[in-house]
Amino acid sequence: MISKKEWIAMLLAGGQGSRLYALTRNLAKPAVPYGGKYRIIDFPLSNCVNSGIDTVGVLTQYQPLLLNEYIGNGQPWDLDRVHGGVYVLPPYQKSSNSDWYTGTANAIYQNINFIDRYQPEYVVILSGDHIYKMDYSKMLAYHKEKNADCTIAVLEVPKEEASRFGIMATNEDGRVYEFQEKPKEPKSNLASMGIYIFTWSKLRKYLVEDEANPESENDFGKNIIPNMLQDEQRLYAWPFEGYWKDVGTIDSLWEANMDLLNPNIPLDLYDDSWKIYSRNPVMPPQYVADTAIVKNSMISEGCEVHGEIDFSILFPGVTVEEGAKVHDSIIMPGSVVKKGAVIEYAIVAENTVIDENAKVGCRPTESEGEWGVAVIGAGVHVGRNACVAAKSMIEQNVPEVCDHE
Amino acid sequence: MSKVLGIVFSNMHETSMGDLTENRTMASVPFGGRYRLIDFTLSNLVNSGIHDVGIIAKNNYQTLMTHVGTGKEWDLSRKNGGLSILPPYGRSEAGVFRGRIEALAGIIQYIKESNAEYVVMTDCDTVATVDYDDILKYHQSKDADITIVYQHKQVSKAQRNNTTVIKLDENHRVYDVMKDHAEDEGNVFLDIIVMRKSLLERIVVESNARGKVSFTEEVLQGQKDKLRIFGYDFKGYIGDIKSIEAYYNCSMDLLNPDIRRHLFPAHRPVYTKVRDEVPVRYGVDAKVGHSLIADGCIIDGEVENSVIFRGVKVGKGAKVRNCILMQGTIVGDNADLSYVIADKNVIIRNSRTLVGCETYPIVIGKGRSV
Repeated sequence: MISKKEWIAMLLAGGQGSRLYALTRNLAKPAVPYGGKYRIIDFPLSNCVNSGIDTVGVLTQYQPLLLNEYIGNGQPWDLDRVHGGVYVLPPYQKSSNSDWYTGTANAIYQNINFIDRYQPEYVVILSGDHIYKMDYSKMLAYHKEKNADCTIAVLEVPKEEASRFGIMATNEDGRVYEFQEKPKEPKSNLASMGIYIFTWSKLRKYLVEDEANPESENDFGKNIIPNMLQDEQRLYAWPFEGYWKDVGTIDSLWEANMDLLNPNIPLDLYDDSWKIYSRNPVMPPQYVADTAIVKNSMISEGCEVHGEIDFSILFPGVTVEEGAKVHDSIIMPGSVVKKGAVIEYAIVAENTVIDENAKVGCRPTESEGEWGVAVIGAGVHVGRNACVAAKSMIEQNVPEVCDHE
Repeated sequence: MSKVLGIVFSNMHETSMGDLTENRTMASVPFGGRYRLIDFTLSNLVNSGIHDVGIIAKNNYQTLMTHVGTGKEWDLSRKNGGLSILPPYGRSEAGVFRGRIEALAGIIQYIKESNAEYVVMTDCDTVATVDYDDILKYHQSKDADITIVYQHKQVSKAQRNNTTVIKLDENHRVYDVMKDHAEDEGNVFLDIIVMRKSLLERIVVESNARGKVSFTEEVLQGQKDKLRIFGYDFKGYIGDIKSIEAYYNCSMDLLNPDIRRHLFPAHRPVYTKVRDEVPVRYGVDAKVGHSLIADGCIIDGEVENSVIFRGVKVGKGAKVRNCILMQGTIVGDNADLSYVIADKNVIIRNSRTLVGCETYPIVIGKGRSV
């Protein structure tokens, strides 16, 4: 008999994140490295633990290997518990209707048995694509106060951008009367953050009904929420104030990293009362050599810096040799930037080698043609003197360019 | 590999470490930006395949217990064996032990209950990458009763009374063991001993019964003709930390890339307690050269030729040169430090100047405010 839990969380981590292209070729989006030592999933997992949630189901599907290994027994997040803890929940075979997770609601539907084991009063539905710090316990208090069936965290967005989001139209007391998915004429500027708290008995009923409807896309935003609204269930919008960033594209991932270097952005990772936990590398402290120039940057353990780093983020175990320059860029774990190489406005994935005097990306002012962040995929070797243009997406080795001098 | 029990002495030689061991064991002296000395010992044992480790504690062992916890960071939280902290224990008159024999006699029950065939004994004041498996193979190949590890090196005058030097014949059999050695160099005993567990049990019980205290005197010196004692020549880098000066110099050795490569080989990681710190944040005016800097630091000033531990803050315009700043040190704006060892959580207020010298660095005690 498993003891009853007041609330548990279900974290949707099956997304491919196809708009991150090379970065998610071999790993799921929630496993994408962020912020010098984290992976995106560290944020919702840490939020759960810091909010007092001790049971989390992580629904995986796309390229789960690294994610499974990363989560492991959940110990880095203090989620190795005797009762509860973190569980990775991939799709599984059943006596009938075995299937992949066909939608967000279907993924939860397929795990009704898991949730029922804990007999929770409330279930928190989270996604693994966002960078933010949130106290879900405050949201739960609001959910209880409003006697809601479903509470949706919302963020105020600029009116002109509202048509890019799922918009919640609410009464004065926060009750949602209409949900508009990417509306042309938004009725409010409250965008859904994809974070829901449901009263489990209600959600369970709607999941079962939704599954029985062959027309449904089994999606929370498209089906479950509209159906509940139609039945005049009590849906409330809970306004969130603070930093929140969807890191679904190369540009937004780059920006979200650079935000960490901006003292005016309200995402404080140094706050001891709300730590973001992660699986820590076992590496010595970083070494910064005499020849190095390091400014306005974040650098992680195991790095060896002999070159110039400005406005950049280096993950654990990165080597930057003498005379190399890294500006406005993100270099993921284990990569090597050799002598004289220059990296500007780029994301360099794990275990790549940027060989001597190679050039990756460039500043917006120097770019001819379309500008953007250059991306070097994991394990790629960029040969000596090679040049990778701005906004390139490199997944194959780039051959060396011979010196003609 | 045969099953081996690791026994770690956490309190040896700490009288020579001044303020740094005032409230902690030698084992828990912070070192190298994010470690404590015992991390090197424990990691060496684990990396050599030894998963059965007892740490003998004598006094001031609270910081040690907090640091090693259940041993899970070293993968020593095991159902069978794993890590045990062994505080002074036994008969009420046992009290605090005076030497290795008494210490071992106090934990004889723990040793007897282990199903290991061999025992490795080591102190916590050496920083090195040691492969105990290799030492054990050597021990077996020599058909030795006891193998002790040494390195031929210089002995400074200051360290002499803390050093044991051994003499070997051409077969590496030990024929003399000397304390208070008069020469400038010699085969310095590194306080690592390998032997059969059954032999150790016998020696400890017999020696203790005769009221003997010192393992070196009673066994290495006293029984060198009776027992086959061999020396294992340790060739790699060794940081032998038996004084504040040595502590300072060994810390600075870490700035040498060859020594760093030797101490932190990729396939033999040095484990330590995880603190979930944020990567180091360098400000717009930061200027850093030839320094080792650990996670969680915020550097807005200048840092040169220094070892900076986790969570240190260096304010704007501050200058830190040739320093060792331990965890949580806060250096105020425009402060100027040179040859300073700041223990944990020291606060240096704005614009203060502190200058020590290489042979005599200023040590600021834990939690002090300057």
